Amino acid sequence: MRTFNEADLISLFSALRWTVVLVALALACGGPLALLLALMRSSRLAPLRWLAAGVLQLVQGVPLLGLLMFFYFGMPVFLGIEVPSLVAVGVAFTAYTAVFLGEIWRGGIEAVKQTQWEAAACLGLTRWQQFRYVVGPQAFRMALPPTVGFLVQLIKNTSLASVVGFVELARAGQMASAATFQPLLVYSVVAAIYFTLCLPLTVWSRKLEARLNGAR
Amino acid sequence: MTLNFSQLWRYDDLLLHGALLTLLLTVIAAVAGTLIGVCGAVLVRGGPRPVRWAIRGYIEVIRNTPALIQLFIIFFVLPSLGLRLPPFEAAAVALSIYFGAYAIEIIRAGLDAIPRAQLEAGECLGLTRWQVFRHIVFLPALRTIYPSFTSQFVLLLLGTSLASQVSAEELFHTGGFIDSRTFRSFEVYAVVCAIYFALVMAFKLVFAGLQRLMFRWPVRR
Repeated sequence: MRTFNEADLISLFSALRWTVVLVALALACGGPLALLLALMRSSRLAPLRWLAAGVLQLVQGVPLLGLLMFFYFGMPVFLGIEVPSLVAVGVAFTAYTAVFLGEIWRGGIEAVKQTQWEAAACLGLTRWQQFRYVVGPQAFRMALPPTVGFLVQLIKNTSLASVVGFVELARAGQMASAATFQPLLVYSVVAAIYFTLCLPLTVWSRKLEARLNGAR
Repeated sequence: MTLNFSQLWRYDDLLLHGALLTLLLTVIAAVAGTLIGVCGAVLVRGGPRPVRWAIRGYIEVIRNTPALIQLFIIFFVLPSLGLRLPPFEAAAVALSIYFGAYAIEIIRAGLDAIPRAQLEAGECLGLTRWQVFRHIVFLPALRTIYPSFTSQFVLLLLGTSLASQVSAEELFHTGGFIDSRTFRSFEVYAVVCAIYFALVMAFKLVFAGLQRLMFRWPVRR
């Protein structure tokens, strides 16, 4: 048995990199999918809307832990190859991000008045141009505060990747705690690191929201 | 590799038991968390300043750290302070504290949405304090918070799966047990996910039905 020292702290911070990688991966892959889902949900074609709503209900109806296990054990079954845990975990978080961000962005798009679409159509813009130049920018303003709020959820929830053995901050904390038998100290440090990452985002999200409400 | 669900059917009573424990954990945390939420929201709006700061601190700490780490702290750290909780109880405490922080914010927003002038109007009409509370505060606030509160409840139901990480018995933990017996990992977790999905859908339907039943009066915008 040994005490918690600088080496443990360094291992926590090097594991923090993987938390950041996971968040970046989830946003980079899940973001475009979220936009696609949001646009499908506000599409004029009913089958597209139903498909997007079905995907959304399905993914939002299972625990993130279950999603992780599903892809971690499922990808070898369906693809027939062993995949590194980063890939399985990345896919699970991509799905999670796509669905939750997609729902937030759909809310943003729907908050823009229908007449804005119509006015843009009257100007002869194509459906994509209507979104790109008229509705999208307004929806972006509305959806930014909850999007930043979701980012906090995403950072916190990457801690679940630890259950399939992916070494990120929470997992590194578990290992340090097991090695030193100082759970109070180790988990407090881990919690403090998450807190310093998340609090500024929470405060920023709240400020954005206050500014948005003030502008209305 | 092929899928094989046939081995799982032997464990149907275990899965049912796990699902019931998941529901129990959800209900305990929801009730305790709502109590925290109501008291916290009232105090954060009108309590003495130190109390308000303490509650704000509680909300920020809980909402900006992972629930998993909170659960570990409660489960692994409390014993060293002399309070040894079994896994299920520790998970119930952790999830109550977690849900409570969100509940305070939701309920506070609901109360904030009631204009002061409306309370004064009620008094001017000669309503008793109870009538003012019931018709002007409680029911409209309930209507405002209903959507966010119920979706937070569903997130709580899904979040109880975290309890498996301190080996509290519930549905996800049951899945892990069956997995260790059958080695059909994917099939086990697919079934477990399907059960969670069925539970979530059932709650969503009930909540939507209740919303239609309870909030029939028109809103003026």
